[in-house]
Amino acid sequence: MYHMTSMTDPHQGQFRLSMLLYDSRYRSMTIQIIALIGFLILVFWLLSNTAQNLADLGKQPSFGFMSEPAGYDINQRLLEYTSQDTHLRASLMGLLNTLLVAAMGCIAATFIGVFVGILRLSPNWIVSRLAAVYVELFRNVPVLLWIVFTMAILIETLPAPSAFRKGEAAMSLWDTVAVTNRGIYIPEPLFSNSLGNIHLFGQSSLRFDISLDLLAIAFVFLGGLFISRIIKRRADVTQEATGERPTTWYWRLGVVVVPTTIVLTLLGLHLGYPELKGFNFKGGTHMRNSLIALWLALSIYTGAFIAEIVRAGILAVSKGQSEAAGALGLRSNRIMSLVILPQALRVIIPPLISNYLNLTKNSSLAIAVGYMDITGTLGGITMNQTGRELETVLMLMAVYLVISLTISGVMNWYNESVKLKER
Amino acid sequence: MSDMSYVRSEMLPERAPPASSVGLVGWMRANLFSGAVNSILTIASLVLIYMVLAAILPWIFSPTWNGTSQNECREIVGSGHHAACWGVINDRWEQLLFGFYPNGSEGGADQRWRPIVAFALLFVAVTPVLFSMISRRMNWVLLLAVLGLTGLYLGGAVGLILGLALLGAAAFVGFKALSTDKEARAAEIEAGAKRLPNPLIFSAIYPFIAPWLLWGGTVWLPIAAALGFVIGYYAFVFIARALGSLVGIIGAVVIAIVWWLFLTSGFANLMDSILPISLEAVESRKFGGFMLSITIGVVAIACSLPIGIVLALGRQSDLMIVKALCVGFIEFIRGVPLITLLFVASTLLNIFMPPGTNFDIILRVLIMVTLFASAYMAETIRGGLAALPRGQYEAADALGLDYWKAQRLIIMPQALKISIPGIVSNFIGVFKDTTLVSIIGLLDPLGLSNAIRADQAWNGLVWELYGFIALLFFVFCFSMSRYSMYLERRLRTDHR
Repeated sequence: MYHMTSMTDPHQGQFRLSMLLYDSRYRSMTIQIIALIGFLILVFWLLSNTAQNLADLGKQPSFGFMSEPAGYDINQRLLEYTSQDTHLRASLMGLLNTLLVAAMGCIAATFIGVFVGILRLSPNWIVSRLAAVYVELFRNVPVLLWIVFTMAILIETLPAPSAFRKGEAAMSLWDTVAVTNRGIYIPEPLFSNSLGNIHLFGQSSLRFDISLDLLAIAFVFLGGLFISRIIKRRADVTQEATGERPTTWYWRLGVVVVPTTIVLTLLGLHLGYPELKGFNFKGGTHMRNSLIALWLALSIYTGAFIAEIVRAGILAVSKGQSEAAGALGLRSNRIMSLVILPQALRVIIPPLISNYLNLTKNSSLAIAVGYMDITGTLGGITMNQTGRELETVLMLMAVYLVISLTISGVMNWYNESVKLKER
Repeated sequence: MSDMSYVRSEMLPERAPPASSVGLVGWMRANLFSGAVNSILTIASLVLIYMVLAAILPWIFSPTWNGTSQNECREIVGSGHHAACWGVINDRWEQLLFGFYPNGSEGGADQRWRPIVAFALLFVAVTPVLFSMISRRMNWVLLLAVLGLTGLYLGGAVGLILGLALLGAAAFVGFKALSTDKEARAAEIEAGAKRLPNPLIFSAIYPFIAPWLLWGGTVWLPIAAALGFVIGYYAFVFIARALGSLVGIIGAVVIAIVWWLFLTSGFANLMDSILPISLEAVESRKFGGFMLSITIGVVAIACSLPIGIVLALGRQSDLMIVKALCVGFIEFIRGVPLITLLFVASTLLNIFMPPGTNFDIILRVLIMVTLFASAYMAETIRGGLAALPRGQYEAADALGLDYWKAQRLIIMPQALKISIPGIVSNFIGVFKDTTLVSIIGLLDPLGLSNAIRADQAWNGLVWELYGFIALLFFVFCFSMSRYSMYLERRLRTDHR
């Protein structure tokens, strides 16, 4: 970035040692080599200390413990797991749980943020004030407090399953969803003519099943989307050539919806509803309180930050832009999609990325409510059970680094593609 | 007929605008009911506000301030009513603020004035940096007033006399500052009138006062630490005169480090035996509550500032290896959650140190939070550097300044000024993140709330404690964020 230009004397012939310091041609080299040596000495010092200390404790660094049985249970998990499985598989469950809550959180936070950000710009005084109160209230209180607070709300204020038996509480949404203080039970999709699963990786710790049903649905759906895109492109070509845009929306909708519906019907899709059996609900998908509390708190907290970003992004597009677009004869929805949004997104995307990253990193606070994410499994119970602090914390950091760098890499690539090409 | 006119020849008097477009009604029509959608939104918002307030207000206003246990609260409120039990806050607010800092209950004097004074002095120390509208004289008034009040509080003949003298001085300077006109004073200064010393001197020595106040012990230790800088400075002056500035810098650094590593404790012990001035020592494990949060937050931000500047310069520099090291450090720290760094503090940091080293958990947490904050600080300052117009760099080059002179005289003053709002937001973030230390078992407000809930008398109370903690955090963070917004407005020099 910054070039220090300086006059150098004409070459004097032979090399003198003092030139390493006082000649700008060599000085940068000298400084860098000193810095590198200093860094290497620091690393060596830390490593030798660590080796010495571990030897004193009688712990040789090794990752062998990862293939030993974990011996603890994980109540909220995406794949099948028993306490006889290895620490590696337990960590995998944790990683998937982290990714699950991060993905759910990012989506919900974006919706909340965009919604509130637009409300804050509303000409309606009371609505914009309410949005401002929301933003300030949630931004200025630690996220950990929101997480434990949400957890307390779920546990203390929601009805126990026994209340459903006594008739003091009822299931919501036409008896399909049960909201209890032990979590929320939602209907699960079931297939009566299931195609079965593909088992991958045999019996190893990384084994998982791929449902052929989901694969088929995804294939047909994506295929439909692809054909719909082709139709759109052909419409574009026609419009370019003749100026008339053929009406294609029913075709484009049809090629996606009809085949997908057919596949779903063939597979016999139906919903499994939760039912009260004994002291608890059975059936359906059980989302535990810990997951819901973490998800809600993270998305509402991050949503407050995203709201400010969205507001700033929209305000950053000057009024002249929309006026100019109007003068060109564009309609208001086209002004929004062709002129305002592309420019606002350019301002919104970079801080949005860092908020997604923050949300993902904040999901490590799951440990406070007992949600078994990667911090709770690998950095929590596995670390305490095996006493392998060094190895587990290093792996934990590596996992988060990979997640962070992946998210920021993908988002930076997207940002690069929408960036204003300047000189 | 001919002189009959259809056009009015005199002006009508101005009439008041229609009642529906002015005053309260007009404002409401414009801002609340300007259309069908807006009217619906307004009514929905009002209903929402009513529902929230109707649920919360009766709960908040419950006369349970003097209840000594949860059962007593229930008796006061009466069965069937759900209301807050504020007795827990009345009983434990001191603990939530100060943790287990000695309050005189276990013998010895009440020491809690020390964190309060440290906090008040912190405010005095940052005023010249953060509030440019407060004049130099008023800064000294603040400092003298805080010291005077401390003297009065401590009492005793010396404290009383000293306190009164300091307050008198504060009143004198304050009176003079208020009675002189701003512009007249500016003219006097222009003409070379004597001024009070720059209050930044106090800001510079505050980092040595605060640890002494908080942790106690002999006063000579912080003085010896501060002497290291003085010795280093004079070493630089002497060596640079004889052997050139580069050797001077290296020599000064070496001499200062030798002083800190080998001579400081000996000097402090010696001076302490000659002239023992000390405060009762307080162990770190007694720190807790908001005092702990503020201590961690302030130390982390203060220490991360110089580290962050170095990292930001390294990241901007042309030197490839230096740049790679800085980028690697920043991206690593920013890529992992703070909780993993706290795990390092609680389990690993002692393993990284030479065998036999054992320093206490608060110090370890301070180190890791400082590293965490400095990565974010580096990015903030890098933003400030990038925001400077290129012409500033080129102008510094054109003046023939070398790299460090250019940074010190031209670049950094401007870049840091631009970064102040970002630094304040960083501080808010770090301050909020200090709650994470409760996960590794330190007694910050959240950690204490768990301990209080485990008490028989307050078993299972949630809302009151969380509400109180949230309120305190909100007050702190909200006022700081308002300040940073004010600063952004003031620093914005483009005329939009």
